[in-house]
Amino acid sequence: MTHSTDLRGRGEAVEGGDAIETVLGHRGLQLEEALIFEQDSAGSSGVDLPTAPEAPDRLGTFRRQGRIGLPGLSEPEVVRHYTRLSQKNYAIDMGLYPLGSCTMKHNPRLNEAVVRLPGLAGAHPMQPVETVQGALALIDELAHWLKELTGMPAVAMSPAAGAHGELCGMMCIRAALDARGDSKRRRVLVPESAHGTNPATAAQCGFTVDPIPANAKGRVDLAAFRAKLGDDVAALMLTNPNTCGLFEPDIIAIGSDLHEAGGYFYCDGANFNALVGRVRPGDLGIDCMHINLHKTFSTPHGGGGPGAGPVVLSQALAPHAPLPWVVHSGDGFALVEHEGDAGDAKPFGRLKGFHGQMGMFVRALAYMLSHGKDGLRQVAEDAVLNANYVLAGLEDVMTVSFDGPCMHEVLFDDRFLKGSGVSTLDFAKAMIDEGYHPMTMYFPLVVHGAMLVEPTETESKAGLDAFIEVMRSLAARAKAGDADSFISAPRLTPRRRLDETAAARKPVLRWREEAAE
Amino acid sequence: MSDMKYTTDHEWIRVEGDSGVIGITDYAQEQLGDVVFVDLPDVGKNLSKGDEAAVVESVKAAAEVYAPLDGAVLEINEALTDAPGLVNTDPVGGGWFLKLQISDPGQLDGMMDEAGYADYVKGLG
Repeated sequence: MTHSTDLRGRGEAVEGGDAIETVLGHRGLQLEEALIFEQDSAGSSGVDLPTAPEAPDRLGTFRRQGRIGLPGLSEPEVVRHYTRLSQKNYAIDMGLYPLGSCTMKHNPRLNEAVVRLPGLAGAHPMQPVETVQGALALIDELAHWLKELTGMPAVAMSPAAGAHGELCGMMCIRAALDARGDSKRRRVLVPESAHGTNPATAAQCGFTVDPIPANAKGRVDLAAFRAKLGDDVAALMLTNPNTCGLFEPDIIAIGSDLHEAGGYFYCDGANFNALVGRVRPGDLGIDCMHINLHKTFSTPHGGGGPGAGPVVLSQALAPHAPLPWVVHSGDGFALVEHEGDAGDAKPFGRLKGFHGQMGMFVRALAYMLSHGKDGLRQVAEDAVLNANYVLAGLEDVMTVSFDGPCMHEVLFDDRFLKGSGVSTLDFAKAMIDEGYHPMTMYFPLVVHGAMLVEPTETESKAGLDAFIEVMRSLAARAKAGDADSFISAPRLTPRRRLDETAAARKPVLRWREEAAE
Repeated sequence: MSDMKYTTDHEWIRVEGDSGVIGITDYAQEQLGDVVFVDLPDVGKNLSKGDEAAVVESVKAAAEVYAPLDGAVLEINEALTDAPGLVNTDPVGGGWFLKLQISDPGQLDGMMDEAGYADYVKGLG
């Protein structure tokens, strides 16, 4: 697995198919690119530096023994290197990105224009509060929108991602249990159709995870849930709509039974894109829910920027929200940064330096204000419509796992591939040759060979028709017995099928000079 | 192999006197795909039937291996740390997970024998 500096002859990782050999390994204008360290040419530099004065090789008690190892390249070499790397990246700006539960929607350019306004882009978190009143007003306004849209009384703004928001919510729950002297509650119920981060978060917070099976309709098995309730249950972590792309119709009964048993109701809000403007989680009995601004509210993610995961909280949990928060103070705004200034509140601590992902707050609020209440409602409606359009376009050739209609994403399994010799993984690789980033594979685990497709509302009908046409064609080809073309896929990419097993068992995570020589 | 017993969660146990060697079945490894990591319990840990005994991670999924009966962990298969692929290539031999001191042999009675497990797997389609 050492990286070869020889560019020739790459691209034959998988046998079969019609691999095309080129002299240098370039394929069309998809250019091979060696690591920047492999392009090192001693003495090359983008700038003409004066000869450095003699410098000591010692800093304190440390002495430098080898060369520093920075590669020497000219400016055009560096520019081409990073441009070529960027072109190997697939991005939402290039096409459909149908990863289920990831909500890879378009990132509006208006958001980007607003966030680059000098007054916002140049603000620093350590500026005196009186000089950043606009920024604090913006955080307060966004918090207001989040509370209105969810019907919840409070929100913690600082979590920096979805799973960070989960951590925040579960720490609030733990603090609330401790505060009421109920610390023996340590069991957290997590349905099988929840996001994979949910059990991880519960375990991270010191709870034990107790899974709840799904019923034949892909929803929480209500009888199994009720049987698991008890005085040691701290919380339920429910994803709604769940990872089968289905609304949990018993959610109100689930919430009231859980509350009656003394537990708190955590809802994973990663799929809020299906509900925004239509359903308020506060009306469903939820105690806390994180909101992925980088999903529902269109801020970039998947390599395009950091996430942001504010957590809305019920009256019971609000006093335990982490520092800091914005408060109205006279004519302006102030920040509560210390427990001593928190009044009756009992914050569990602090999750993050400063106040949260300001750049994401600006983009999310720009998105909300440009859409308005009616526009956000249409977001949810169109997201659900698009997913059902995909479902309707494919249900006769692929196997839909649970009866529709679905919400914002549609779950297929591999029953339609039975006997074809083609697996979900093979099918996904063949999609790449057709110009499509694969959907989420093998998750959720409740069905065999899962394929979870979330088109989002930002795809046009024409775009969805093209996707459906490709998927229908692939399904027909698999059923016609052409397994070889799937097993040898992808055939048109710079690299063929990667050895994911070897990559996981013996990962090579950094380049080493000795390995290359 | 008359001394092999099976659970509905696709674990096997081979009884050797008052201890039992535990692993996952060929069907289970087939479903998981290539195993890339196995997390084993500490020797001496007391497990109750149904407790999470180990975690197995493949290229497709992570799954728990449950203790098929009560007992203390006598030994773990250290070879899986460097060669998790043994679970795929030799699930009922070199791919064993752990050895348990059986504290209640009566718990074996409720488990399937080889023929019963074969029928059970057939029923899963």
